[in-house]
Amino acid sequence: MNKQRLKKALLISGKSFYRSLPILIGVILLIGLFKSFVSIEAIAKLFQGIPLIDSVIGASLGSIMAGNPITSYILGGELLHQGISLIAVTAFLVSWVTVGIVQLPAEAMLLGKKFAITRNIFSFLFSIIAAMLTVFIMGVI
Amino acid sequence: MRKSEKSKAGMIFFGIVIILYILIFFLNSAKTLNALKIAFDILLKILPIFALVFLLMIITNYLLTPKKMAKYISKEAGKKRWFFAIILGIISTGPIYAWFPMLNDIQKQGRNNGFIAAFLYNRAVKPALLPLMIYYFGIKFVIILTIVMIILSVVQGLIIEKITEPIEVRT
Repeated sequence: MNKQRLKKALLISGKSFYRSLPILIGVILLIGLFKSFVSIEAIAKLFQGIPLIDSVIGASLGSIMAGNPITSYILGGELLHQGISLIAVTAFLVSWVTVGIVQLPAEAMLLGKKFAITRNIFSFLFSIIAAMLTVFIMGVI
Repeated sequence: MRKSEKSKAGMIFFGIVIILYILIFFLNSAKTLNALKIAFDILLKILPIFALVFLLMIITNYLLTPKKMAKYISKEAGKKRWFFAIILGIISTGPIYAWFPMLNDIQKQGRNNGFIAAFLYNRAVKPALLPLMIYYFGIKFVIILTIVMIILSVVQGLIIEKITEPIEVRT
């Protein structure tokens, strides 16, 4: 092991992580605010009963909500039980993990504005495409 | 964005969030305190992930030189980069934002945006959570969605690469 190289790697990583800390803690605080102020009942009321529109609503909700994917499964399961279409719930599940409006400022600061915005827009569109493809293939097989 | 500007922007963002908390506290103190508690719980839960990310950052910076990086995950790596993005994205744990510092380090090496986008997309596929997902949505749904997501991650990586990286001019 090259001690000099390890010291350099430690220093670079330490500085990089230290610079990211205020952004990461800021994102966590925003997630806390969101979870505290938005209820599950309020979310279910937003769906219209039209699969295509609901998939856009599902993807939008998944994009603005954040947290452990387990929460999205529980919430998605609840929404299915309430009669929300599988396309909408799938779009919700996919966008929950691939799109991050709450962490967008952090992503833009650390990975670049153009990258963050482009990636999130495409992830949003792809969550609807993934939902449609999944439900379509399920119907065929 | 330069390092000092990035650091400043991070502090400004943090400051804005604190001001937001103070303002909302006056509107609804109970829910704001609850939000603070939720945030603290999240922070406690992901501290081990931060430690893991920090360790991986050290390993990355120690082992991966720009030359090696180009060999495996940059555009020059060819199809191999998608394989690494899929595997690393799937095995990585914790919230997406915890990985931004490490991806920032990788991005600095250049021409890796396609890899980063595909990596982030594959973070949706979590083997440890599959049993729970199967419980809620059934095995057929989970298998199809997982395959669809992996394929779409590469498509997205290619699109992001095209849009965000400058076109190479051959002379």
